[in-house]
Amino acid sequence: MEAFEKLISYVQLPFVYHAIIVGVLIALCSSLLGVTLVLKRFSFIGDGLSHVAFGGVAIATVMNITNNMLVVMPVTVISAVLLLRTGKNAKIKGDAAVAMISVGALAVGYMLMKLFPASGNLTGDVCTTLFGSMSLITLSEFDMWVTVVLSVVVVLFFIFFYNKIFSVTFDEDFARATGTRAGLYNLLIAVIIAVIIVLAMNLVGSLLISALVIFPALSAMRVFKSFKSVTICSACLSVSCALIGMLTSIMFGTPTGSTIVVADIVAFAAFSLIGFIRRGFGR
Amino acid sequence: MAQLVCNNLSIGYEGVEIVSDLSFSVGSGDYLCILGENGSGKSTLMKTILGLHSPMRGSIETGEGLTQREIGYLPQQTQVQKDFPASVREIVVSGFQGRCGARPFYSKEEKRLALENMKRMGIDKLARRCYRELSGGQQQRVLLARALCATQKMLLLDEPVAGLDPKVTEEMYDLISELNKSGITIIMISHDVKAALRYADHILHIGGEIFFGTREEYLQSGLYTVKGAR
Repeated sequence: MEAFEKLISYVQLPFVYHAIIVGVLIALCSSLLGVTLVLKRFSFIGDGLSHVAFGGVAIATVMNITNNMLVVMPVTVISAVLLLRTGKNAKIKGDAAVAMISVGALAVGYMLMKLFPASGNLTGDVCTTLFGSMSLITLSEFDMWVTVVLSVVVVLFFIFFYNKIFSVTFDEDFARATGTRAGLYNLLIAVIIAVIIVLAMNLVGSLLISALVIFPALSAMRVFKSFKSVTICSACLSVSCALIGMLTSIMFGTPTGSTIVVADIVAFAAFSLIGFIRRGFGR
Repeated sequence: MAQLVCNNLSIGYEGVEIVSDLSFSVGSGDYLCILGENGSGKSTLMKTILGLHSPMRGSIETGEGLTQREIGYLPQQTQVQKDFPASVREIVVSGFQGRCGARPFYSKEEKRLALENMKRMGIDKLARRCYRELSGGQQQRVLLARALCATQKMLLLDEPVAGLDPKVTEEMYDLISELNKSGITIIMISHDVKAALRYADHILHIGGEIFFGTREEYLQSGLYTVKGAR
């Protein structure tokens, strides 16, 4: 009961209230492209980009740039485009290129932060960047608005290009052969992934982003059978898990990012079970 | 001029030529079967015709009102599709994507035509079913219906009966034959020399010796007794 009262009093604070809205928007965006990422075997690119974003944050911190999104966003978007290009002209194979870029960014980022510490609490800074902590609540007003605007753009993009994303994901060769500009849409998807990752970094930190993107889609795929129902289910799931995770973390003082991911894991287990039972009865 | 003409075509990838100096033409309503062993470049040829690869030398021209984008395509199934969550209806209507351009959604007319193509393939009852739960033969029908949404003129089929049992294989061949009789040009890649000779009216044989001609010419060429004995 005490925890519940604490929750009520916290949620009434405007900055907590704002943080929850932003968190829900981020969760919504990150779930939308999950299916595409999983099925196109792009999930590793998402993982690599999150490390690049970490490197970007390190550079921004060292350069004392307060709005670090101004640095992180372009760096991550450019990396996304580069990764997609290297995937095609396979001198270095796609996954190896991702591994190189992501581990490289992680190492350089940490080294920069160690060499030029921006604050006395280095371990705290690194931990926040990697695991998210409560950075949503300390989000500046500028970052908050950027997040809101970009989330809306991502959602609109997804709705507008929904059918094209489906075609390119299901069968790229067919789409290309019959005149869909698959290369262009792949590029757009990569850019959107980069934007989502930078947004999600504020919520769960760079190490846990992949979970936010992939878990809802995988859970929905256990139970639902059409692309549309999977997409809608994974969006609802992601939003509820984010909400439950954030509220739980306020009530019990657990780290926000990890709590959200734990909620996603629980949902995945539940959906796997439902899928398993259904299939069992179906035969 | 024929619907599709290839002149002195050389194909391959990463700088290695697989087939050189290939010339053939396909007229409207033809049924061409492309034969050849594994690795002889059949799939590469098909991808080159579709514009997914560029030819290393020579040219591919389309005529009789056919553009390269209007060639329907039945690909071999990919691993991704085997666990893709999509309903039959969603997949079939996606055949119209190429002609949508910047338009974000499918029109009523396109949805109606998609349903018609499903009926034509005998899968309209499966419209809401999940693609990955269908049998191999049903999945091929879904992909054929999608290809019909993309074209009314020419279909390229890449081993359409791979992995199907004999009865379903037979049904598939009959279905393709019917499409051909309704006026759609068919280009089919196949291992199956017997079926090729039963259904096709032209044969292109690549890998080793190149042969292009009618079914009868192929039978007399001597290639048949050599290759067909296997």
